[in-house]
Amino acid sequence: MSELTLFLIRVAYLAILWIFVLAALSVIRSDMFGARVTNASAGQPAAAPGRGKSPAARAPRRGVPTHVAVTTGSNAGVTVPLSQAPIVIGRGSDAAIILDDDYASTRHARIAVSGDQWFVEDLGSTNGTYIGSVRINQPTAISLGTQVRIGKTILELRK
Amino acid sequence: MSGFTPASSMPVFVHRSRRGAELVLLILALAVGIGAYAAVGLGVQEKIPVDIAGYGTWLVALLVAAHIGVRLLAPYADPVLLPLVAMLNGFGLAVIHRLDLAAGASESDAFARQQLIWMTIGVVLFLVTLFVVPDHRMLQRFTYTAGLGAVVMLILPMLPLIGKEINGARIWINLGPVSFQPGEVAKVLLVICFAGYLAVHRDALALAGRRFVGIDLPRGRDLGPLLMMWVISLAILVLQRDLGSSLLFYGLFVVTLYVATERKGWIFVGGVLFAGGVFAAISLFSHVRVRVLTWLNPFDYYPDPLNGTSSGQLVEGLFGMAWGGMIGRGFGSGEPWRVPYANSDFIIPAIGEELGLTALLALLLCYGLIVERGLRTAIVARDDFGKLLSVGLATSVALQTFVVVGGVTGLIPLTGLTTPFLSYGGSSLVANWVIVALLLRVSDQSRRPLPTAPSDEDLAAEETQIVKLDKGAMTK
Repeated sequence: MSELTLFLIRVAYLAILWIFVLAALSVIRSDMFGARVTNASAGQPAAAPGRGKSPAARAPRRGVPTHVAVTTGSNAGVTVPLSQAPIVIGRGSDAAIILDDDYASTRHARIAVSGDQWFVEDLGSTNGTYIGSVRINQPTAISLGTQVRIGKTILELRK
Repeated sequence: MSGFTPASSMPVFVHRSRRGAELVLLILALAVGIGAYAAVGLGVQEKIPVDIAGYGTWLVALLVAAHIGVRLLAPYADPVLLPLVAMLNGFGLAVIHRLDLAAGASESDAFARQQLIWMTIGVVLFLVTLFVVPDHRMLQRFTYTAGLGAVVMLILPMLPLIGKEINGARIWINLGPVSFQPGEVAKVLLVICFAGYLAVHRDALALAGRRFVGIDLPRGRDLGPLLMMWVISLAILVLQRDLGSSLLFYGLFVVTLYVATERKGWIFVGGVLFAGGVFAAISLFSHVRVRVLTWLNPFDYYPDPLNGTSSGQLVEGLFGMAWGGMIGRGFGSGEPWRVPYANSDFIIPAIGEELGLTALLALLLCYGLIVERGLRTAIVARDDFGKLLSVGLATSVALQTFVVVGGVTGLIPLTGLTTPFLSYGGSSLVANWVIVALLLRVSDQSRRPLPTAPSDEDLAAEETQIVKLDKGAMTK
């Protein structure tokens, strides 16, 4: 077999090898950018339909919280806009903030609004919801930066 | 399945199933594997091998079976992992076949044939793993069983009768006609054990304990069981003179611990202990010292062996890769048989000689992609155990590749390990197919769309379960 044929076979083979690698890369790329991002808020959690007014219509003013953020715990960094209020927090899959926290209950607490005031309400959790070191037993007003502790997780309202 | 809508009101990243993409990539992978077989035939024997139809059909059947298995058992699993693995395995088969031809092996005792049998076993075990592990979280129940199993597996080769010593390492057992390296199985078991233990105890390890020169030292009772298991495994490996595996297990331990606790101090402590261990090993064991000396000055010991160990293998491999250059000599035009064990530990130089740097880079990129898919699975996994499991499995592939490729290219001292999926070696191939099955299982679980909001009855049922769990957590 001639030298040239062997050379062509080799180059063709290397080309196939790289086509495979590039195809794998393009699948990874499409996997990353081609996936849908759904915002399922259209189908509000069935557990708490339409309770509380949605403040989304109003433009946020200065000093008015716009979202709730998890600051400590295994879900630290998660934020949810308050426009989706009432926000259910817990381990259950229907919660707006799903906590990966052994000390949280399925539907642990709820953050809701009344007028301009935000409240946190314990939903009968096993281990309780705390503001500071006080376990709350009724809807309690919270403001910007108030630390709400659920199990090992701490949440607060943010601008 | 596709009717699921995510129930959370957070934006949710919905992965598509991507089985079609996987099929396309598998066809390409088959083209690479069977094409390599044809190219070997053309280059070495100047004709397309006569058995290519049978060989190709067998390979196609295996991969189609694997693909259908994934479609049925893990429909949302990562689409790239299986084709990558299939490509590496098919490519390795062709290279092993090429070395068989060079060695003049007859049809019956050819390594490629045995490797194909091992690959079949590997694919069967891949499907069995996907079938018997419908949810990776059930593996967490076997945390300690897996740890015990790993230690037993490591001890097996030391036992008389079934234990067998090959090339100075006592890491084999005799199973009738075949010999097996139980250490490869121990690797998978140990990953499960580390992940299971750390998923439960990571908080205690990261938070409880004293601070000492900027490093948070965990309490003995939290780290103790894990440390004990690890020391036992490492001690056994050192007794068996299996340097590569000791390095692999050590690295796995440090990486998983670091990922679980998020403490950079572990990397530091791990590095210091590693340096100390290496220093001790060099001064205590002559076989380690020889490895380091031949690594530092390979050409000094090329013609004359040092303590009976010559660096000929390493140097011939380096010669081969240099001779191969950018695009290699072409299949059949190189002399890869000059390197002893070219089909197992030294398959990378053999490929480098005949297909050059271009092919080596493609292969290394494939390993990189396997590791990347593993780590990505860890990122999207929804539970701690799944995260740690996939980190551990991805790390085992990464470390194994690093140790063997670094060894043959002279970056680090040479330690015996097989190149995952590429090298001849049944135990390693089978274990790596199981690793891929586990990775696909975790990725299927984590990419699957979330189920719809449970009904009230479901919630009530779930609530009772949670109360139980909470009590368990409190009594800890």
